[in-house]
Amino acid sequence: MKSAGSFCYTGRPNGYASGPNVRLLFGTVLALTIAAMAGLGATWMALTRGSAYGGVTIGAWTGWPKNGTSGIDPYARAMVARTGELPVGSGDGVAFYARTDDAGQPLDGRCDVLLSGTTPQARFWTLTLYDPEGRLVANSTQRQSFTSQEIVRNADGTFDIMVGPRARPGNWLPTGGADKYVLVLRLYDTPIGMATRTGSDAPMPSISKRACL
Amino acid sequence: MIRLALWLLGALLLGGIVHLTTVLLLPRMATQDAYARVSGIAPVNAVIPIPGPTPEKALMPFMDPAFQVSVCRYDLSRGPLKFSVPISQAYTSVSFYTRFDVAYYAINDRAAGRRVIELDLMTAAQRAGLPENEEITAADRLIVTSPTNNGLIVIRVLAPEAGWVPAVRTALAAAQCRPQ
Repeated sequence: MKSAGSFCYTGRPNGYASGPNVRLLFGTVLALTIAAMAGLGATWMALTRGSAYGGVTIGAWTGWPKNGTSGIDPYARAMVARTGELPVGSGDGVAFYARTDDAGQPLDGRCDVLLSGTTPQARFWTLTLYDPEGRLVANSTQRQSFTSQEIVRNADGTFDIMVGPRARPGNWLPTGGADKYVLVLRLYDTPIGMATRTGSDAPMPSISKRACL
Repeated sequence: MIRLALWLLGALLLGGIVHLTTVLLLPRMATQDAYARVSGIAPVNAVIPIPGPTPEKALMPFMDPAFQVSVCRYDLSRGPLKFSVPISQAYTSVSFYTRFDVAYYAINDRAAGRRVIELDLMTAAQRAGLPENEEITAADRLIVTSPTNNGLIVIRVLAPEAGWVPAVRTALAAAQCRPQ
């Protein structure tokens, strides 16, 4: 009101369309439009780009152990409500997601990607390949995941898993040629949790890109 | 100029409020969240197997295909619930979610420490109403308090290799969730 009142004294010709009321109306509409766009846009961005809050990042892998507790933050709650997934409970395990390789390149199903190394201490783990929306990816061998018990290990206890479009001897996780995918490493019955911060606590497998189709 | 800046500032403040409100309200407004998806196939207070995820069809995104899953969609408004599941040889876990998909409690076979995971589920009010000094309130009775009247109990049993699936299904079929 104050700003609209002060406008009367600026001496603009009165017959002009932009009287104080028009100005006020214009300003209100503009402000409300910007508010709605900025507010909803920020919400959309926050929920689709992935929550960065409270994550534990080790190499290319990020996990959100807190999402499996009642201390889950509001952004993660909204994201879970939107996607329709159920987070892994913290007494059960923790899930780590990789959308890029160690060099930061997005995972591309037309390229061979080598997962190599060991996993943090856990009674069981599973490694699963999804499309970015969390669906399994169809392929000729019907294999979408490995469990820790199925994997062929090297003599020193480490393992190599080749993720790619072409069949490989050893541990081969087919990508089905999908251009983008997400790898999810789930550790069950594990001490890894919110207190975990670094790769020395939790040695995650490295992800390196090899030849592309 | 100053007036325009003030309008913009006001707009951004309002935008911030819109943003926070939508984020906070979304879990309560969502129509396709996990609870709603499970409600479509699961009756109340009964254990129902959930079909495993396939590339064509999955009840929820990011389901772990190595697990066989059953759920009990519970309603505590008529009284507490008794839950039990025999543990399998590989790995069994039971996770509890509120009506709004918050994982408030999870236990696995090792933490349970016996052949059967057995517990009572009730609301805080029902727990407060329990008679004190009752013999069965002792250590052999695990009580889980649900923050909401409704929610999900998700039983997950690992089949570490494909050949395990029948045995795992048998263990899951013995799971029970019923009013006391």
